[in-house]
Amino acid sequence: MSLFLVLFALLLWALAWWVNVRIANGPAAGTRAARLGVPAIFGLTLLVMWELVVRGLGVPLVILPPPSLIAERFAGSLPILWADFMQTVVKGALSGYAIGCLAAFGTAILVDRSDFLRRGLMPVGSFVAALPIVGTAPILVMWYGFDWQSKAAVVVVMVFFPMLVNITAGLQETSAMQRDQMKTWAASYWQGFWKLRLPAAMPFIFNGLKISSTLALIGAIVAEFFGSPIVGMGFRISTSVGQLALDMVWAEIAVAAIAGSAFYGVVAFIERKVTFWHPSQRG
Amino acid sequence: MRSLGPVLVVVAAIVALWYAACVPMNIHTAVTDAERAGVAVSPDGAAVRRDIGALRLALGNTHVWGDTFAQEKPRLPAPHQVAAELWDTVAMKKVSSKRSLVYHGWITLSATLVGFAIGTVAGVLLAVGIVHSRAMDMSVMPWAIASQTIPILAIAPMIIVVLNSVGVQGLVPKAIISAYLSFFPVVVGMVKGLRSPSPMDLDLMRTWSASRGQTFRKLRLPASVPYLFASLKIGIAASLVGAIVGELPTGAVRGLGARLLTGSYYGQTIQIWSALFATAILAAGLVALISALERATLARMGVGR
Repeated sequence: MSLFLVLFALLLWALAWWVNVRIANGPAAGTRAARLGVPAIFGLTLLVMWELVVRGLGVPLVILPPPSLIAERFAGSLPILWADFMQTVVKGALSGYAIGCLAAFGTAILVDRSDFLRRGLMPVGSFVAALPIVGTAPILVMWYGFDWQSKAAVVVVMVFFPMLVNITAGLQETSAMQRDQMKTWAASYWQGFWKLRLPAAMPFIFNGLKISSTLALIGAIVAEFFGSPIVGMGFRISTSVGQLALDMVWAEIAVAAIAGSAFYGVVAFIERKVTFWHPSQRG
Repeated sequence: MRSLGPVLVVVAAIVALWYAACVPMNIHTAVTDAERAGVAVSPDGAAVRRDIGALRLALGNTHVWGDTFAQEKPRLPAPHQVAAELWDTVAMKKVSSKRSLVYHGWITLSATLVGFAIGTVAGVLLAVGIVHSRAMDMSVMPWAIASQTIPILAIAPMIIVVLNSVGVQGLVPKAIISAYLSFFPVVVGMVKGLRSPSPMDLDLMRTWSASRGQTFRKLRLPASVPYLFASLKIGIAASLVGAIVGELPTGAVRGLGARLLTGSYYGQTIQIWSALFATAILAAGLVALISALERATLARMGVGR
C-alpha cells in the first residue's frame, strides 16, 4: 500500500513532465495559458508528490507534515495567523518600510544637491547595503522593546541603504543634454526635479522598492527571533518549531509566502502604472 | 580616488555622531553610577530622573559625560570600546579559545562557504538545464523568480530543528540554509547570463556549424561570466546571513550568530556590537574577494573594465 503510493507519485511525476514537455514544445507554447499552465502543473505535481511520498513512506509529522494537514491547520487557525500577520507584516514590516523609504528619499535629495556628499556617502552606502544588517536586530530589540516598534526599526535600517543607493543612482540618470534643456527653459532646481529627474529615476526607485519589500519581511520576521510579544510570525515560527508543531510552522511560512508575493505584486503593479513609458514595461 | 576625501569625512562624521549619541543613550545609568560613587548630580534620586528626558539630564550633568563612554554594559557602547573588544577577542585570544571571535567567525564562515559552494554549483547546473530545455524553463523559472519575493529565510529554524531531531547538527544544517539562500540568485543571474548572447552571435555560431555543446562552451559560458559574478556577490552575502540566522534557533553556543544571541540574553552590548562588526568585516571581506576574482577573471578574458 505504502510503496504503491510512492510508485504512483513517481508515475504522476513522469506523466506531468511529459505533459509539460509536450506543451512547451508544442504550438501553444507562447500563449498566455501555457505560460501560466506549465508552472502551475509543475507546482501542483510537486505538492501532490509531497503528499503521496510523505504518506507512502510514513514520514513522521515532526519531520515533514503532508500538505493536506498543513492546509487543514491553515484553515483551522485563521484568527491566529491573521493576528500574526497584522503584528509582523502590517505593524512591523509596512511601517518600517514606509519610514525607511521616506527617510532614504529625503537623504537622497540632500545627497543629490551636494556633489561632496554624494561622493562621500555613496561608497559608504553601497558598502553598508551589502552587510548582514539583520544582525542589528538584537541591539534594536534592546532599545525599542519587544513590540513592533523594534521590528519596524530593524526594517528601517535594512531598507534605508538599498533605497538610498537606488534613488541616488536614479537621480543621476538624466543626460547632460536633458538637464541643459531644463536650464534653457529657466527651470528651477525643483521644477527640474519634479518634471525631469524624478520621473527618470522611477525605474531605479521601483527596483529599490521591490528589493526592499522582501528585505522588510525578512527583517520583521528575523527580529522576532530575538524577542517579541506572544504574537507575530517570527514568534509563532520559533515557538512552534520548539513544540515540534511543524504543520503550524508551514502554515506560517505559507502566510509569509503569500504576504511576500502580494507585497511584491502590489509594488510591481504600481510600477507598471507609474513607469508605463519605460521600454521594460511597454513590451 | 577622488572620493577618498569625502568618504573619510563621512566616516569621521558617523564616528563623531556615534560618540555624541553615546551621551544621551547612556546618561541615565552614568548618573546613577556617579550618584552611588558619591558625586553630586543635579536631580537626586533615580525615581525622579526616570521621567526626565535623556537630553535634559545630559545637559544638567556635563561632569559625568566621561563615564558614558566607559560603562561595562552601556546601551550604546562607544566606538573605542567596540574596537578594544574586537582587538581583544580577535588578536589577543588564542584561536581555539571559546572567547575568540576568530574561532566563532570560522564556525560561521565554514558553514557559509560550504553552503555557498553547494548553492552555486546547483544553481549553475539548474541554469544550464533551464537554458537547454524549454519545458524546464517554463516549469521552474517562474518559481525561481517568485522565490525571490518571499522571505524564505523563515524556513531556517525549522530546517535546523528537524535535522537536529534526525541527528544531523553542527555545520550541515547551516550549510543547507546558506545553500538555498544563494541558490536562487545564482539560478536567476546565470540564466540571464547564458541567454545574453544576441541572436546575431548565435547565428554566427550556426554558420560555423557549431554543435550545441560548442556553442555552449565557446559563446554562452563566457558571456555568462559577468552575470555569474554579479549573482555570486549577492549569493555570498545571503549565505552569510543564512548561516548566522541558522545559529539562532537552537540557542547555539558557537558561531557569530550565537555571539549575537548570547549577547542579547545577557545584555552584553559590547559583545553584540563586536560580533556585529565581525560579521560586517567578514561580509565585506567575502564580497571584496569575489570582486577581486571578478576583476582578475574578466581581465584575463579581455572584457575587463
